[in-house]
Amino acid sequence: MIASSVLAVAENPPPYLSVGVFSVSVPNAIIIGVMLALFVLAIVVPFPKDKDQS
Amino acid sequence: MTMTDPETSTSAAENDMWTAKLRRSWEKNLPPDKLLPDRQPAYVASWIYVFGVATIAALVVVFASGLVLTLEGPSWYHVSSVGLFVNSLHFWSVQLFFIFMVVHLWGKFWMAAWRGRRAMTWITGVVCFLGSVGTAFTGYLIQSNFDSQWIASEAKDGLNAVGIGAFFDTENYGQALLLHVAFLPLVVGFIVIIHVLLVRKHGVVPPLDYAESAAGQEAAAAANAEVSN
Repeated sequence: MIASSVLAVAENPPPYLSVGVFSVSVPNAIIIGVMLALFVLAIVVPFPKDKDQS
Repeated sequence: MTMTDPETSTSAAENDMWTAKLRRSWEKNLPPDKLLPDRQPAYVASWIYVFGVATIAALVVVFASGLVLTLEGPSWYHVSSVGLFVNSLHFWSVQLFFIFMVVHLWGKFWMAAWRGRRAMTWITGVVCFLGSVGTAFTGYLIQSNFDSQWIASEAKDGLNAVGIGAFFDTENYGQALLLHVAFLPLVVGFIVIIHVLLVRKHGVVPPLDYAESAAGQEAAAAANAEVSN
């Protein structure tokens, strides 16, 4: 079962995005996209205020 | 060690002891209110300041799950359902650790966090990042499955090509295992502690616009005066 699952991975590589010499797998591109989204959200989303402060 | 009457003043020899020097240095650089502060400046109330501690939280889960995996071994974590769960917990906490660390890195880079005598804080962060990459890589090598064999063979060519294959052999399982479970976690853990102590010593870096304001200039002058005293 393990060998067949490894073969399944080897025979079904993830799709790649390629622009010129630049190449990235779609799963890696998604991770980079999530990190960029987190970075932007961390800057623009307001932080909850302390209850003691008006 | 010298025995003295507590009522008498300390001698010059006592002041020169390394324990006394270390204590004085610690008390000067990291007094308790700096080491465990109750309040932070208003500018810290931003989500971008959360990712440093989020990285440490993920690292704690990485260490805890890694400790269980080390104690139980691959015959447990590749077979039993609890073992598979802890193995996955280790893997996914590492993914979160890197995601949080990269966002933390971007946040600090774009606010030039090395300002105000914080160069060593920045440098220890860079070393943490590089050490974490090495730890994660050796982790991939010791999965003891076909994936790790594939990674080891491919990486061996790459490392041979850059001339370090003689010192680090990706196909030497024992070397990769010991690096991953003993040496590299100690190095990363130690540098993370130094990084956090430096953050406590110098304080959280202010945003650029605050640093340029009158209040920021005043705070920076006060910090410089404190260092020179």
